[in-house]
Amino acid sequence: MRAWLRQHRRAFAAALGKLAAQRATGIVSALVIGVALALPAGGYALLEGMRALTGRVALDPQLSVFLRSDVKRTDAETLAARIKADPRVAALRFVPREQALKDLGAVAGLSDVIAALERNPLPDAVVLRSRDPGPQAIDALAADLRREPAVEHVQADAGWARRLAALARLGRLAVLLLAALLASGLIAVTFNTIRLQILTQRDEIEVSKLIGATDAFIRRPFFYLGLLQGLGGGLLALAIVWAGLALLNVQVVALAATYGTNFRFAFLTPGDALAVGLLAAGLGWLGAYLSVSRYLRDIQPK
Amino acid sequence: MISFSRVSKRYPGGQEVLKDVSFLVDAGELAFLTGPSGAGKSTLLKLIPAIERPSAGSVVVNGQNVGALKPTAIPYLRRRLGLVFQDQKLLYDRSVYDNVMLPLSFSGLAPREAAKRARAALDKVGLLAREKANPIQLSGGEQQRVAIARAVVNRPTLLIADEPTANLDEESALRILEIFLAFHQVGVTVLIATHDQALVRRFGRRVLRLTGGRLDGAAPGA
Repeated sequence: MRAWLRQHRRAFAAALGKLAAQRATGIVSALVIGVALALPAGGYALLEGMRALTGRVALDPQLSVFLRSDVKRTDAETLAARIKADPRVAALRFVPREQALKDLGAVAGLSDVIAALERNPLPDAVVLRSRDPGPQAIDALAADLRREPAVEHVQADAGWARRLAALARLGRLAVLLLAALLASGLIAVTFNTIRLQILTQRDEIEVSKLIGATDAFIRRPFFYLGLLQGLGGGLLALAIVWAGLALLNVQVVALAATYGTNFRFAFLTPGDALAVGLLAAGLGWLGAYLSVSRYLRDIQPK
Repeated sequence: MISFSRVSKRYPGGQEVLKDVSFLVDAGELAFLTGPSGAGKSTLLKLIPAIERPSAGSVVVNGQNVGALKPTAIPYLRRRLGLVFQDQKLLYDRSVYDNVMLPLSFSGLAPREAAKRARAALDKVGLLAREKANPIQLSGGEQQRVAIARAVVNRPTLLIADEPTANLDEESALRILEIFLAFHQVGVTVLIATHDQALVRRFGRRVLRLTGGRLDGAAPGA
């Protein structure tokens, strides 16, 4: 057991030594891996941000119910009370037509238009929030409200939320495809760097085989090398995503402020960041494994 | 102990390099393998650590039938042999000391014990003072001695050398042979291939003579 641990420590140290000796090529291949991984990782972070945003929209499942203009005020208030009693309704606000006109008049530029009107064209309205934020629940509630004889029009935001959700699903699929594509790219990059490393160490491998090194002993440092290279690339990808989001947030925060919200893109969660690092390391190992299986066999002492 | 019985070796392409070779080198014996270049000396030696496999016959080393060994068992066979190659096969990207340490790194020996053994091996070939040098800085004879130190660092019972004195001046060659003799005297079996007849005569040991792939008969030397 101690000998086994020593063997692995030695292989790990050898891999670190090789990485240090590679310098420029090592940095370049880590950069290639990092940039390749930063694309899907960054895309994922952006999508997660979008989801937080759409989640917030869906959390505010507002319906506007406009009553027919010939409905009497007392009937309107009775209807509002009846809707409020519905268990599916979380909150309700009755907006009398006079109030609506006043609100509209407060909007800059419209006060003159309103002053020119002979009578109030606006109906009484009820603004309510559904207890269940799901699009299906909102659709069902809207359909029930439309059946009320006093109701002229019901406007729900569910359709918009649904479209956004579908768009997010599409985006997620695109990120997944991109990730798969670039993961194979990463494998190819490590495959090639390990191949070059094997070629430069040809003498050492040949002599080692000649004087009694097992194949496992010869392979081990290359596996660690691939693993470390992948891990380095993964960490670089996280750094790129972090920096990219930080830059984006400067603008996003300013933009969100004009809408009166304080939205910003969040960095990957610790779990997601760990997954990116581990995945990169795993892919590096896989690339090394394929390369070693392919090229080490060719080196036989003569 | 090395035992060849009716060994033939034919390379792909048809040329038969060894023909019906049989001989026995006893444990603790020192023997020379001679013959003109191209007689099959190197091929014969390569059969012992299973670098090549016999086409026919059996090669038995320390009781193991080498020709039938599984590929995964070969590294362990080679660790118990000391191999010295004609071209030394030293690594020039590391020090003399690290070259000698190489075989010990495979076996997972404790670092302290490994360092002790490597220094002992270098001491035996008289190069302890040069342990930090790069092999490229050493003379041909010194490089060959480093190769011997690397071969014996695992304390093998069998030492095999292919033309260890080739391209060396007489003094260096003599020094190399004296080192082999010293190992023989402590009980190591030694087999040395060489085309240097004068050297062989001088030592007066058993000689296996190969001509055209056939053994001339295990006649005693001198």
